[in-house]
Amino acid sequence: MAGYIVRRLLQAIPVLLGTTFLIYFMVFAMPGDPIVGLFGDKTPPPQVLERIRAQYNLDQPFIVQYFIFLGGIFTGNLGTSFSGQPVSEILAATFPVTLRLAVLAVFFEMVAGITVGLVAGLRKGGIFDASALVVSLILISLPIFVIAFVAQFVFGIQLGWFRTTVGTGAPIQDLILPALVLATISFAQISRLTRASVIDTDGQDFVRTAASKGLSRSRIVPVHILRNSLIPVVTYLAVDFGVLMVGATVTEGIFNVPGVGRTLYQAIIRGEGPTVVSFVTVMVLIYLIINLLVDLLYAVLDPRIRYAK
Amino acid sequence: MKIKRSGVAAIALAAAGALVLAGCTSGGAEPTEAAASSAVITVNNTEPQNPLVPTNTNEVGGGLVLQNIFAGLVYYQADGAMEYDVAEDITTEDAQTYTIKIREGLTFTNGDPVDAESFVKAWNYGAALDNNQLSSYFFESIEGFSYDENVPELSGLEVVDDLTFTVKLKQPESDFPLRLGYTAYFPVPASAWEDIEAFGENPIGNGPYMLDGEGAWKHDERIDLVKNDEYDGPREAQNGGVDMILYASTDAAYADLQGGNLDIIQEIPDSALQTFESEFEGRTVNQPAAANATIVIPERLAHFAGEEGKLRRAAISHAIDREEVTEVIFNGTRTPAHDFTSPVIDGYSEEIPGSEVLEFDADLAKQLWAEADAIAPWTGSFQIQYNADGPNQGWVDAIANQLKNNLGIDASGAPIPTFNEHRDLITSRATQTAFRAGWQFDYPSMFNGLGPVYGTGAGSNDGDYSNPEFDALLDEGASATEVEAGIEKFQQAQEILFEDLPAIPLWYTNGMGAWNETVDNVEFGWDTWPILHQVTKSE
Repeated sequence: MAGYIVRRLLQAIPVLLGTTFLIYFMVFAMPGDPIVGLFGDKTPPPQVLERIRAQYNLDQPFIVQYFIFLGGIFTGNLGTSFSGQPVSEILAATFPVTLRLAVLAVFFEMVAGITVGLVAGLRKGGIFDASALVVSLILISLPIFVIAFVAQFVFGIQLGWFRTTVGTGAPIQDLILPALVLATISFAQISRLTRASVIDTDGQDFVRTAASKGLSRSRIVPVHILRNSLIPVVTYLAVDFGVLMVGATVTEGIFNVPGVGRTLYQAIIRGEGPTVVSFVTVMVLIYLIINLLVDLLYAVLDPRIRYAK
Repeated sequence: MKIKRSGVAAIALAAAGALVLAGCTSGGAEPTEAAASSAVITVNNTEPQNPLVPTNTNEVGGGLVLQNIFAGLVYYQADGAMEYDVAEDITTEDAQTYTIKIREGLTFTNGDPVDAESFVKAWNYGAALDNNQLSSYFFESIEGFSYDENVPELSGLEVVDDLTFTVKLKQPESDFPLRLGYTAYFPVPASAWEDIEAFGENPIGNGPYMLDGEGAWKHDERIDLVKNDEYDGPREAQNGGVDMILYASTDAAYADLQGGNLDIIQEIPDSALQTFESEFEGRTVNQPAAANATIVIPERLAHFAGEEGKLRRAAISHAIDREEVTEVIFNGTRTPAHDFTSPVIDGYSEEIPGSEVLEFDADLAKQLWAEADAIAPWTGSFQIQYNADGPNQGWVDAIANQLKNNLGIDASGAPIPTFNEHRDLITSRATQTAFRAGWQFDYPSMFNGLGPVYGTGAGSNDGDYSNPEFDALLDEGASATEVEAGIEKFQQAQEILFEDLPAIPLWYTNGMGAWNETVDNVEFGWDTWPILHQVTKSE
């Protein structure tokens, strides 16, 4: 097990190097000069432009810029944004916010999705199953910004149950509404996934065996059916958590959440290479770790799964 | 200049002149008796894109902060009229050498005196190329300034005594005092020079407000200002402070205004343009500001030089129905142009000879185009380059359609994905079509809307327009020692522009805002910014 983990972590190094290189190249290849953009519709003197370009090493060839950035990573200096804020500080400020939002969203979609999926799966073809299907189909087909704007308007402005946008410090109570919005789409997926998985497991031999040896339904459902149905769901949840951690740009924008998605989007627009690449590096790292955790979790859920030494 | 990235929607920091606040509905204009309160008002803003050093701040997010925590030599009233703030007086005999006296006893919020040194050092710092300040070019007219080498101390700046200094310009510029309310000319306290980076994060000013302690700038979240009780000047705060909430999207800010989490919004999202005036009835503003939009047609384009070019430019101008576009596309949030500057600028006139060329007249347009065709037949298509990441596609397509219908030519928009690339193509002269442009006044002076944009070789003269007659009139206007005489020359200079049409004026950008019932005395200035210090709020 330990050897497996070490191997996976070592594999992460070339992946990280490769992704930072690719992302840095893409930012570099982005058309348009970010320094010219700093002056808006006005045209600064070329000498001034040159000097400011040099300040951000933008006058260097791509490969030099990349190695300056890479060298910075190893010395803990990720560069600064145009506003003079160290990128490491921006990372430290935004990731905890997005983490809170993601955990909350995953919690909501997990609880609601698995419950609905389980009930629907156990009562296949019933009225609950049918209505769950209709609701999930509606949710899946709605674009997230529609849900977000409607939720903000109804619950924030009209009813006043939630703050319309997220306040300073992104407290949990303000994050509930955006988290619910984020959870809606995945809720639909998870409930469908759980339902299918539950129906499948319900028909397995070991469930019939359990029933025939006299186990009560209240024992069979959680221990034998649910647990074994969860593997595809856990995979989905983990991927979804990864997606949420790299920032829900649209939702964060609508609810003014000072998280990863919003910040990264602005950095891309401004052409702030160091900020973009640092963010993406951390995101790749998060993805790799989450995927590793999921693989380990499989073994816990299904003892038949073993990892090679 | 204050820059907003959306391009045309952007409104800048400067502006003024004798603006009648058209469309300024009830609400602020007449100050009520309400005593100064200690309640803190909230207003939306955007994350400053540069450290908060006066000479390094050239966009709206940081500009609004600096305007409120600093006091310059002069400031601009809502209508754009200039008033002394820190200055006792500014005198000159030849419009080239200025003697500036500072009021006695003024201090920064850390106790440092506001003296001649605090201005001269700040300006020298801003002008020295090695410091890479974004606003360095604001000092280019001061004697000693150079773009080719680093000049640590401008020879044109001289400290006479504690409270007096002189400024010598390279050539006479009568509107120099008018500029001094712009961010770049603010003073900086002596202690800032020990660590200018730390200062950029926690600036110390001398204005009606100050930052609410260390770390009041919570990046991407908010910037909290509190009243500066030591401030002694014409802009004393009538409220306890200002919390600037930083939004990435105006839609989110608007939702907060609707939800009652925000007192004042200083811009209106596109999605609410049709509704905001009914939703916040009597508590909105929608008035022309010191910014305009044009289509620049560089002379290097085929068919647009010489006599043929003049005819085609006039034809295009006549073929555009500005009223229709501003109503249909912008819901009346732009004001059709009648000149090359803005209605809030002193000396603005709708009657400048030649300005008829801005009137919609399809028949005349066709006729002029035909006359041009007689000189050399038209070939190809007329394209207008714009940045697609701003709210431009709608109006560019509308104008292209008008040109198609009224001139019978092939016309279309040429979208460029990002603003950065759009500007890059223009400044490197790679653009081979007409392109959209906008000018946001740095300070409320007619010269500022003409010289830097249309003067031969001027920085923002992206169409490479050059007309010696125009340059001569600008120079005469700039060296006039009397304001009226200067304005007359600038208006004559505009007559030449109307004939040559280096750019086709389209409209003035309106300043828009709305506020909740929680606040009173809300007024927006020539620069589209709310005048925060006079806002009152019930506890």
